[in-house]
Amino acid sequence: MTPWLAAARAVGVEIAGRHADDVDARGRFPAEALSALKERALLGLLVPASEGGPGAGIADVVVICHELGRHCASTAMIYAMHQIQVACLVRHAGGNPWLRAFIRRLASEQLLLASATSEAGVGGDVRSSVCALDERRGRFALTKQAPVISYAEPCDAILVTARRTPQSPPSDQMLAVVLRADADLQAREVWNTLGMRGTCSNGYRLAAEGEIAQILQVPYADISAQTMLPTSHLVWSALWLGIAGEALSRARAFVRAEAKRKPGVPPIGAARLAEAMGELQSMKGELLACLRQYEAAAGSGDALSALPFALAMNNLKILSSQKVVSIVGQAMLICGLEGYRSDSPFSIGRLLRDAHSAVVMVNNDRIVANNAGLALALRDDPELLA
Amino acid sequence: MKVRIRTVLKSAGSLQAGLDAIRDDSDLHAAGLTSHATVNLMLALEEAFDVEFPDRLLRRKTFSSIDAIAEALAEIGVRDEAA
Repeated sequence: MTPWLAAARAVGVEIAGRHADDVDARGRFPAEALSALKERALLGLLVPASEGGPGAGIADVVVICHELGRHCASTAMIYAMHQIQVACLVRHAGGNPWLRAFIRRLASEQLLLASATSEAGVGGDVRSSVCALDERRGRFALTKQAPVISYAEPCDAILVTARRTPQSPPSDQMLAVVLRADADLQAREVWNTLGMRGTCSNGYRLAAEGEIAQILQVPYADISAQTMLPTSHLVWSALWLGIAGEALSRARAFVRAEAKRKPGVPPIGAARLAEAMGELQSMKGELLACLRQYEAAAGSGDALSALPFALAMNNLKILSSQKVVSIVGQAMLICGLEGYRSDSPFSIGRLLRDAHSAVVMVNNDRIVANNAGLALALRDDPELLA
Repeated sequence: MKVRIRTVLKSAGSLQAGLDAIRDDSDLHAAGLTSHATVNLMLALEEAFDVEFPDRLLRRKTFSSIDAIAEALAEIGVRDEAA
């Protein structure tokens, strides 16, 4: 176990897990857990050594998301969304001195990054923007109607997508780093949801200004394809695996207690537990296979932009999000009324509600529609080990 | 070949601006070519030139400009009738 995972486990067990029910009940930001992750310097993990960070890889982040997912899904999701932004910055900042200095700050001050990609008026398509970067005298201004920005209030900076210029078509997007202190957030919708209640993904009208140097020079299309999509699907799938694993832990404890109570009589839920463990194994296998695929492609922008790679990462999201709902549902059945209760040690309710976010967060139907386009373009690849 | 590419682009590219404003080296993605339209464009090019793009060419860069498309088509054996 890496020292990072050990630190994350300590945060999960001692802090995130302890406050998880309260975070869920009140729909509040898991401030204690995020402070603890900050104190243990886990927010800047991906920052390379040349910029003052530990230079950890995506696999290190994936195992931490999985661990946190077992204890508090909202904490895990916030951590995952933050690391997606860090991964984009680290990979695509180029030689831009402002961004390089910001990345160094990220490591030394453990800044928390949020994201504003979705927008009212584009029908849920994050690869289209209405708002645009308005450049004047070396500075930019933008105003975005964002239906959701997760943890916008406690964050330190927000990565915002916008059209390159007010004349650009909706798909010609850039990504800008907006400092929280330079952002005017007017609250719109309040995040009051079935699950993932602690991410505080409220809606806002976001108005901000900044220096031109705060805009990443690589088109957002490349950032999205090469880094944002694959890392999102990896870290999300990891935390969903954590939720599923935790649900089965509770189910296993329940079945074991039954077996002890009536020695020699096989507990009614044992067969279902075994079946669900098989599903968990396949969920884990898919995640690890895609993680290895990402690591193998990470050195090459071309490999990361290839359509078969995009299809594989999209499929990881679709399959994992379906499996987590199914596995947690199985755990509920195994625990029966004890799982259905909210006050029992075998309670599955919060896990089940959190799990359901997986299929609607970046709606699976939208991803399937994208895959349908990719499927038209792709050729067969008959080689098993290629 | 580039004239034929333009004809295909006109029908399948779903670009906002007219094709007249687009030079051979203009960035088609900046002109509004979406990822969805890229797939349509690829299928239309395959139909028009009677070729199949191999997987290694199925990336955004291949369809980033008329020049890039011409280069990719040449790579898979389409001969430039003007040459």
